[in-house]
Amino acid sequence: MNILSTWLRALLPDLPASVDDHQLAEDLTLRGIAVEGVIDLGLGNGHLFEMDITTNRVDAMNHFGVAREAAAIYEVPLKALLAPLPEAHAAATPFAVSIEAKDACGRFTARVLRGVSIGATSAASGPISAQVARYFSLLEQKQISNAVDATNFAWLAMGQPTHAFDLDKIEGGIVVRRARKGEKLKTLDGIERVLDPEDLIVADQAKPLGLAGVMGGWDTMITPSTTNVLVEAAWFDPVAVRRTARRHGLHTDASHRFERGADFNAAPLASALVSAMILETGGIIEGELVDVTVPAVEQRTATRSVLRLAFSEVHRLLGTTVNPEGISAETVETVLRALGCQLSASDSGAAPSWQVALPSWRLDLEREIDLIEEVARVYGYNRFANTLPAFAGAVVELPQASAESSVRGTLLASGFHEAISSTFTSAVDAALCAPQPGLIVPLGNPLSEEAGVMRPSLVPGMIAMIAGNLHRDVGDVRLFELGAVFSGSTEKVDQRPALSIGATGSLPQTGPHQRSRAFDFYDLKGVVEQILTRFRAKSVYFDSFPAATGLTPEWLHPYRAARIVVEGVTTGWLGQLHPSLAEQRKIGERKTGSAIFVAELYVDRLFSLPLSLPAVREISRLHPVRRDFSLIVPESVRWADLDSALANLALSGVSELVDWRVREVLRNADSNAEKASSETAGEDYSMLVGVTFQAPDHTLRDEEIQVLWQRVVDALATTGARLRG
Amino acid sequence: MMNAEPDNPHDPDLHDLDQSFAQLEQEARQAAASLNSPEAVENFRLEWLGRKQGRLKRLSDAWLKSAPVESKKQLGQRFNALKTVVESLLEEAASSGPSDAVLASEALDVTLPGTRRLLGAEHPITRTMNEVVGIFASLGYSVGVGPEVETDYYNFESMNFPPGHPARDTQDTLVIANQERRSLRERLLLRTHTSPVQMRTMEQQPPPLRIVIPGKVHRNDAADATHSPVFHQVEGLCVDTNITFSDLKGTLDYAMKALFGSSVKTRFFPSFFPFTEPSADVQISCIFCAGKGCRKCKQSGWIELLGCGMVDPAVFAFAAEKQPAYDPKKISGFAFGMGVERIAMMKYGVSDIGQFYSGDMRFLEQFA
Repeated sequence: MNILSTWLRALLPDLPASVDDHQLAEDLTLRGIAVEGVIDLGLGNGHLFEMDITTNRVDAMNHFGVAREAAAIYEVPLKALLAPLPEAHAAATPFAVSIEAKDACGRFTARVLRGVSIGATSAASGPISAQVARYFSLLEQKQISNAVDATNFAWLAMGQPTHAFDLDKIEGGIVVRRARKGEKLKTLDGIERVLDPEDLIVADQAKPLGLAGVMGGWDTMITPSTTNVLVEAAWFDPVAVRRTARRHGLHTDASHRFERGADFNAAPLASALVSAMILETGGIIEGELVDVTVPAVEQRTATRSVLRLAFSEVHRLLGTTVNPEGISAETVETVLRALGCQLSASDSGAAPSWQVALPSWRLDLEREIDLIEEVARVYGYNRFANTLPAFAGAVVELPQASAESSVRGTLLASGFHEAISSTFTSAVDAALCAPQPGLIVPLGNPLSEEAGVMRPSLVPGMIAMIAGNLHRDVGDVRLFELGAVFSGSTEKVDQRPALSIGATGSLPQTGPHQRSRAFDFYDLKGVVEQILTRFRAKSVYFDSFPAATGLTPEWLHPYRAARIVVEGVTTGWLGQLHPSLAEQRKIGERKTGSAIFVAELYVDRLFSLPLSLPAVREISRLHPVRRDFSLIVPESVRWADLDSALANLALSGVSELVDWRVREVLRNADSNAEKASSETAGEDYSMLVGVTFQAPDHTLRDEEIQVLWQRVVDALATTGARLRG
Repeated sequence: MMNAEPDNPHDPDLHDLDQSFAQLEQEARQAAASLNSPEAVENFRLEWLGRKQGRLKRLSDAWLKSAPVESKKQLGQRFNALKTVVESLLEEAASSGPSDAVLASEALDVTLPGTRRLLGAEHPITRTMNEVVGIFASLGYSVGVGPEVETDYYNFESMNFPPGHPARDTQDTLVIANQERRSLRERLLLRTHTSPVQMRTMEQQPPPLRIVIPGKVHRNDAADATHSPVFHQVEGLCVDTNITFSDLKGTLDYAMKALFGSSVKTRFFPSFFPFTEPSADVQISCIFCAGKGCRKCKQSGWIELLGCGMVDPAVFAFAAEKQPAYDPKKISGFAFGMGVERIAMMKYGVSDIGQFYSGDMRFLEQFA
């Protein structure tokens, strides 16, 4: 909405000359009547203010409304809008108006003008027309005819929608009622509309004339041949207008105002403004203004009950001002009176309070706090001091904050960047990746099909982000995301934290000093293991399932996937992205040269565990003895089998066995296969296991080591592994 | 050549014996002085102390073992003295390290780049959110969080949005499917702001209360350079007896200075939010031009950054249904909320909000 500074100044004759238009705009903005742009209209024409007024202040979306705010800010008088009307000629019978829909129409005024001449507005027509011509040209508002311009003028001046009918097209009087089923109306936009029984309409005895408070009808519109006019100015209920407008997909100036609450008392003045301007080119008024009101509506708008305002509340809520004098009782009275309130002090003394009667145009003022806000607003927010409240409480961290930051820290240290992907995914990807495919939650109004459901897993987002990088020719990707995943039904949605990790490309990134190699399954597993060590779990292991069981998630390579099990509970999956899925997304190994690795952890299960606390063990001063075991291992035997054989040995009383780890695994297919000697038949592979022996109280002697060596060999043999000959 | 060795080991002339040993010692010292590589040191060791062919071994074999008992003591003393000298020479040579020539051959091009271990980068949104949360933690605020899928009650009704408010429209709010048959307040939607956590926290905890609420929110917005259907907010709530509008001003002025530098100024002007009254928008003096006016602040010198206000008594009334201590006649409070993306975009010069959700390594690695 645009406002002319010249028009404002015409309404504020005592505004000090020292307040230029820019100052005016700034002062209005800092009082909540926001001027977004100030455009110079040339010498003598002032400025055009582009306003951005919050929806609760619909009363200020017009020139008089803005001027009223300025009057309050500068404490200057506001000039009333005047519409001098000629003496009315007596009517044989007053024009008939009845309100049937008393819940939805609070007031309807009708004025009959006869013998008017419809034509272009010209400055020569009269003082109102002259002013209109000037303002309209500055506002670049098109002039159409005196009747239309008159209603537009009333709108711009005071924000009250009005309507002019061709009186001769009206059959009988006006009825404001709900539409009847099947009734039709061609509106001013030329569209023939079938009305809904809920629609609020203005009708005559025979037919609908217009959608009340939204748009007039085609058949009764003013034309150049119109000589008799009926001027309507009314008050319609916000909800009724909003429903009617929405049903018909209409949003008009009139509906905008009525939806937000019009001024119950504005109708007679608006009617007079419109009539006076039309009459400048001839014609007479027939009969007095017909003014039908619904008392119940008047009571809840124009004459609603007074509010009590306690001065102590103003101070309790607003606090300290920069100026030590602060907000006095006089400040409160001056501000509220300037805004149209009527105050009567209900008691005097140190803590005064007032009974405040509210202006009919400020339906947003309903409570004491609303009045306190008005005082603060007009006084000026920036005249309050900056104070800090005292506080004696303790700061409480979220229970999971340290667990989350520990996981994040581990990943950052491992070279993974944190990413955030969409909360939504497609139904197809959700079905592919959901841990529980039956519990996917769809959206009612999704942004697109690709974002049709709440993500049940972070994997689709991770795949998309990896693909995005690969498609941009960024080949080395290390990402993780910590975010919520959703499951349940449309009745109840569960939200849990999850972690996804994704990587592809080489490791480390290529540099002059080190040869790089491809990121592999064990690099990813290592990161996952490091995350798991942050938590104190009784047991952690990884396992896998034969493809036929269907237990491995579909997005994973069936033979390069591991389930993560923490304290007996599945806590996530990791592995290589299924090559078919990668191909499908155009990020297959054939195209990019690298396999993609993805993990997803259900971290809520980790976050329920305590964080691990370093527990320092005694470091022995005795020399440990390290021995390597070069083994031939049958293909069916996995490291876990050897690992648990050695663990059992250690637990079964061989306390000298303090550490064992796999140092090398060689298969015939490996590039350095010459090391995997001829001893490994097709079904076997080689493994080098390093074992450390240490006694708690003495350095082991050769013969003791011999015994321990043999026990290790025997233990390993139970798995089928044998020493290389 | 072992010509320094005495011809007759049994010569009782001790003087000759001493001379012979002195000569040997002299020889060893000369050899040790020119040792300039680990190999040379090792050769020296083998030549003198080698277990099989070392000179001392041969000396011992040739003289000592065959010496008559009466001269063994004399010989043995001198032999041990020589051995001690040789050993100390060897130790000295071994510990003196390589010569300069050797070191020169190991020269490196120090201008080549170092091998960096790649460090991951915290997401700029996480980083900004943590920074804001940290500032408020220092003012005594605890952290609160809540669900991203909310009910209409917490997202709208208890935040004093009247029925039929435009924000409730599906054009603005993403909703879970099949909610039409449920009562309005039970309907599930994607929270449009972090404010519902205010109510959830108040229901759990009586005043005094200070919480800061970081979180993800969603709106039914088409994505463009400054809009995203997914974004983040940090919300704050402070409730106690005698919390005033000037406390709100002071708190946010402090926070903005902590976030953007102590020279930043704030100004407040009236706004409208259903859940606060009085409500305010807060601008900070432009951090790019220090308030002089530039393209970033549209020549105004000010940048709008957050919304805030005194908690509306109607919101306290909803909270009082479960926690009667939230009596708006006795307590008061303020709330504020800010868009994390907007702050991050400003702080780090990000021009397209979509980059935050792209997972683009080239974007993210800049925050490492």
